[in-house]
Amino acid sequence: MSDGAGKAAERAEAARLLGAFLDAGATLAEADILQPAETLLDLYGEDIRARAFTTQGLAGEAMLRPDFTVPIVQLHMARGGDPARYAYAGEVFRRQETAPERPSEYIQVGFELFGGDDPALADAEVFALFSDLLAPLGLRVGTGDIGILTAAVGALSVSERRRAALLRHIWRPRRFRALMERFSSTLRLDPPVPGAAEAPEIGLRSRAEVEERLAMLARAAAEPPIPSEQVWLLDQILSLDAPAPEALSRLRDAATDLPGLEPAVDRLDARLGALDAAGVAVETLPFSGSHGRSTMEYYDGFVFSFSRPGRPDLPPVATGGRYDALTRKLGEGRAVPAIGGVIRPAATLAAAAAASGRA
Amino acid sequence: MLKLGVPSKGRLMDKTFDWFGARGVPMGKGGGEREYLGAVDDDAVQLVLLAAGEIPRELAAGRLHLGVTGQDMVRERIVSWEDRVEELARLGFGQADLIVAVPAFWADVRTVGDLDSVTADFRARHGFRLRIATKYHRLVRDYLRHHGVADYRLVDSQGATEGTVRNETAEAIADITTTGETLRANHLRALSGPPILSSQATLFRSRSAPWTDEDRAALARLRRRLGL
Repeated sequence: MSDGAGKAAERAEAARLLGAFLDAGATLAEADILQPAETLLDLYGEDIRARAFTTQGLAGEAMLRPDFTVPIVQLHMARGGDPARYAYAGEVFRRQETAPERPSEYIQVGFELFGGDDPALADAEVFALFSDLLAPLGLRVGTGDIGILTAAVGALSVSERRRAALLRHIWRPRRFRALMERFSSTLRLDPPVPGAAEAPEIGLRSRAEVEERLAMLARAAAEPPIPSEQVWLLDQILSLDAPAPEALSRLRDAATDLPGLEPAVDRLDARLGALDAAGVAVETLPFSGSHGRSTMEYYDGFVFSFSRPGRPDLPPVATGGRYDALTRKLGEGRAVPAIGGVIRPAATLAAAAAASGRA
Repeated sequence: MLKLGVPSKGRLMDKTFDWFGARGVPMGKGGGEREYLGAVDDDAVQLVLLAAGEIPRELAAGRLHLGVTGQDMVRERIVSWEDRVEELARLGFGQADLIVAVPAFWADVRTVGDLDSVTADFRARHGFRLRIATKYHRLVRDYLRHHGVADYRLVDSQGATEGTVRNETAEAIADITTTGETLRANHLRALSGPPILSSQATLFRSRSAPWTDEDRAALARLRRRLGL
């Protein structure tokens, strides 16, 4: 719950930030507060229920929008235009099941950029916009690139089925690690589950599907494990934490042993060039191999965040990233390059207050 | 007045009365068999009989000072339960495990990792997410998230959950089991490994109830008599 004065200040700050996004060439976008639950559940899975408020409407289940990404992508897919820039400001609603002390209703101000010919330029444009706008607050910056991770998995010597399993869990570090351990060791085939052969076939999953997967498991047990050098390289990439130029050169080294990584490293290189040209201090820009990995968003390329220094207990002030894959899912086959980010005005106010308190 | 909530019927009520009685605190149901009025031999303690499933909510709201209910109910129904209630004693009955169970003929599924692999195949083949029937939405979702299971859907089932697979309204279930008898009778098998939760009837203390000096004194007396 928030008091009236706090809400008014939050709204005024949101208007200021939205104004900056509109000045940067964005069109104002609106989105419904009630979103069809089915779309969000299909995208994010059942986990979304832990963070979104669900309600029952006559047309089925609805959720109070947990963020603007999905409705803005849908709006763009319907409207078209290339490139297109949108800005928005409005309440989002979160259940905060795991962090009840955080507000369950707050304003987000966002900027999204669709299309364009050069993803590096688009990445740099969005990041520089956020960076300039937030510069007075002295925030801690984090960047990463989910595209490096997917490219690394793409380059592993592993069957396509195992590769698909790893790619499916890029955003779930624990499951990903379990799969890596499994795929990098010699598997023995489990004996049949006792009693399974005699048990009746019930439910929609058929015995044929069970047999098919048993045959697949038998083939998988004969697959060679992922070479230990590749496991080591992937660990190096995941634990990479260095200023961007150093990270780039270490990823270049990794790419000599994992050649499939090369195009993704080239993209990072191009992005750093574009960021530099946009006036971002690239030499000191932090890059982390696992940044943005444990969020539920469908980020699949460049990711960034701005946080209060020394306050890891607080959610970030601003986050963003590239989500080309999400547009493919929502566009039913049509895909558009997309990058964007959001700022929480309540957090910029708190950061500004803390900064002036220190001064 | 210190309010102590106990289950209002069935084995849980009988066992609760037995547990307190065996420790020198006799309690019983007043009036007729159908009257929900309890009594305990301490004037500062009021016995409140209510459905076991409602006790967590009443403890969290602070309308009960103490309450007997299952750990499963408390963990499912109270957000950040450890901040709202405290376990005073595990009572040693009402034991049950919350488990995920799949059709027994799924010879390829032993672990929660197998289940995750099946959910991916199932969604690709059937075009929708594999359905898991349960009434323990929060506990099951937390467990599956912790283990990195994706592409499933929870469907609500408030009873006869073991029958949902045969009825083709779910592909798997998550429910409480004691002996596993009902699972076997419905051709289901629990995943191997530790259960989502091992639960038993537990005496809880509310952290949010208004604790007056009289209430504290009554609790101290009760604890002394119960040897807690």
